[in-house]
Amino acid sequence: MNGQPSVLEVKGLTTQFSNRKNRSVTVVDGVDFHVKKGETLGIVGESGCGKSVTSLSIMRLLGKNGKVTSGSVRFEGQETLTLTEQEMRKLRGNRLAMIFQEPMTSLNPVLTIGRQIGEVLQLHTSLGQEERKRRVIELLTLVGIPRAADVYREHPHRLSGGMRQRVMIAMAMACQPQLLIADEPTTALDVTIQAQMLGLIRDMRDNTGMAVMLITHDLGVVAEMCDRVLVMYAGQVIESADVRTLLRNPKHPYTMGLIRSVPHQAKGVKWLYAIPGNVPSPGEWPQGCRFAARCSEAMPICQEQCPSLMKMEDGSECRCWLHVPGTEGGERP
Amino acid sequence: MSKPILEIKGLKKHFASKKGWFQPATYVQAVNGIDLTVYEGETLSIVGESGCGKSTTGRCLLRLLEPTSGEVWYRGQDLTKLSSKEMREKRSDLQIVFQDPFATLNPKLTIRSILEEPLIAQKVPRDKRAQIIEETVQIVGLTIAHLDRYPHQFSGGQRQRIGIARALMLRPQLIVADEPVSALDVSIQSQILNLLQDLQEQFGMTYIFISHDLGVVEHISDRVAVMYLGEIVELGRKEDLFKTPLHPYTQALISAIPVTDPDEKKERIILQGDLPSPANPPTGCRFHPRCHACMDICKTEVPKETFIAGQMVRCHLYEAKKES
Ligand SMILES: Nc1ncnc2c1ncn2[C@@H]1O[C@H](COP(=O)(O)OP(=O)(O)OP(=O)(O)O)[C@@H](O)[C@H]1O
Ligand SMILES: Nc1ncnc2c1ncn2[C@@H]1O[C@H](COP(=O)(O)OP(=O)(O)O)[C@@H](O)[C@H]1O
Ligand code: SF4
Ligand code: SF4
Ligand SMILES: [Mg+2]
Ligand SMILES: [Mg+2]
Repeated sequence: MNGQPSVLEVKGLTTQFSNRKNRSVTVVDGVDFHVKKGETLGIVGESGCGKSVTSLSIMRLLGKNGKVTSGSVRFEGQETLTLTEQEMRKLRGNRLAMIFQEPMTSLNPVLTIGRQIGEVLQLHTSLGQEERKRRVIELLTLVGIPRAADVYREHPHRLSGGMRQRVMIAMAMACQPQLLIADEPTTALDVTIQAQMLGLIRDMRDNTGMAVMLITHDLGVVAEMCDRVLVMYAGQVIESADVRTLLRNPKHPYTMGLIRSVPHQAKGVKWLYAIPGNVPSPGEWPQGCRFAARCSEAMPICQEQCPSLMKMEDGSECRCWLHVPGTEGGERP
Repeated sequence: MSKPILEIKGLKKHFASKKGWFQPATYVQAVNGIDLTVYEGETLSIVGESGCGKSTTGRCLLRLLEPTSGEVWYRGQDLTKLSSKEMREKRSDLQIVFQDPFATLNPKLTIRSILEEPLIAQKVPRDKRAQIIEETVQIVGLTIAHLDRYPHQFSGGQRQRIGIARALMLRPQLIVADEPVSALDVSIQSQILNLLQDLQEQFGMTYIFISHDLGVVEHISDRVAVMYLGEIVELGRKEDLFKTPLHPYTQALISAIPVTDPDEKKERIILQGDLPSPANPPTGCRFHPRCHACMDICKTEVPKETFIAGQMVRCHLYEAKKES
């Protein structure tokens, strides 16, 4: 996968929301990453740390009170933050597709499934009506929907959660995107249905060479699906590494804590490892390391100054004073 | 083994769903004949896919829902036969913790008032109430200063602590915990699981732990019951059930758990399709349309309980084995 060109390059992405009192709060703070062709990048972190806002910023779907205030998002070499809404609409659902955690929020309840997927094809292809219908039924069959021709005529509320998620995947796949952003696509599903969905996304990726950005908080899903992983905490990237390095040799105390908290890891142990405390909310981030209040390794410098994301010897990146050579109490060069 | 605390016999809950005035009512067989004994001080988990009837079972046990039929014996009394006044008194022994702490805490009340409610209902004198409240918030890891705040001022994990404190107010014997950590992040999830285990040690409570997360279930349970479409299809000690799952459904569930080791290539049984509607369950073995081991007999005959080395399983594969 090395040597493949980047499909997506995000640099210094900073996103703010304005609240009722018209004060701006930063929720994503200088995020850098890239996704290569055919690669699956996982983004993990506790809820509220900015994973969804990062993907909505890329899709330019932040809504009225959200705004990217600085940074750059290059998709297939082209800066997208400066595209007009009309140009952006051409990208979305076409070369750049997204599936959301709760499919009902992105499926229109009053339109049939066939109509909704058909519209995507109508917008982005020159297929005629009959061809579109054939293609939609083909897509529904491809994602494992039984009775695809019947489901074509049905409304979303008639379908189960797993079926809706499959419809979402069919819709995202309609135009064979170069990049699929999947925001917790299986979090609301049972393990059995989750296994079906992940298998489906994996097959689609392997067959078409698309890149996947997979947001999840399940490290098991990460292990199974991803090539590389980005760990976010309080709006920042705090660690990034290839999946094996991250899971076997995590460097940031937060990543270590997350891995140790997984119950499955604690075979035969009565007490689970737990990270004390909670994630600080945007607007309440401390000036030093944002994890300091929960970190058992915190040193005086951690309270004062936020560490920067440093390249490690094994190629991973980590934002922690412990890994900055020469820090008092830290690793020596 | 310790004494039974709860004996459930033939528990059924059917919901009537009427489509229109002239159509006959159809019945959703949410819980369809459950027999289960829960022992004092143990954690018995109920697992299964969404909609299989876990919550309905939990609610019927506490009579938060009226069972359609069946018996629930608690310390020599059949709870299903109690008047609502008698049942209200039993509530001090039997409590529930819900998945979504936010939805179940009244946003207009302070934490103190929320925690006081069950004490007032059980007519605990005023001077004693304050003492129990202050003691309990500290037991669940909150402080007395938190008592005068409102639910929206707390994080998800803290709200779940409040939900647990509320269930603890009357020092119950048994707690039904319905997906108590499903809405929480792993790091916070382990705080709450540790708290539940700690409370069990302190007070010797019995838990019925409802979850669809097998990783959590494997950690916290003594025994596990696997539910499918309103029925228990397998029941056994946690160690046995995870090591040698007998029912093809349990095997599929366990094989589908994603593991955090990128090099562990698991043999996966991917189930086809979704859980069928409980209003119109398949004939014979209810799992047969999704079962990779389905035989002819499975399509017509309901499998009976079979016991294999202490594990209960309902599947023709094992009935056949026993006969031959
Ligand atoms: N009040 C009701 N009226 C009609 N049907 C109901 C009612 N409550 C539950 N059901 C149905 O009964 C079945 C079992 O529901 P239940 O809530 O017990 O499932 P569950 O196993 O707890 O699922 P989950 O994992 O989603 O919480 C489902 O098919 C559900 O739709
Ligand atoms: N539309 C919005 N308006 C204001 N704040 C928002 C909005 N969407 C998200 N946020 C806030 O941004 C932060 C990051 O949210 P999100 O990206 O959804 O987190 P997650 O990592 O769980 O996906 C959270 O504190 C959230 O409350
Ligand atoms: S910088 Fe300091 S407080 Fe932050 S994670 Fe590293 S050691 Fe802990
Ligand atoms: S009874 Fe038959 S269909 Fe049912 S689980 Fe056993 S083998 Fe499968
Ligand atoms: Mg999110
Ligand atoms: Mg439930």
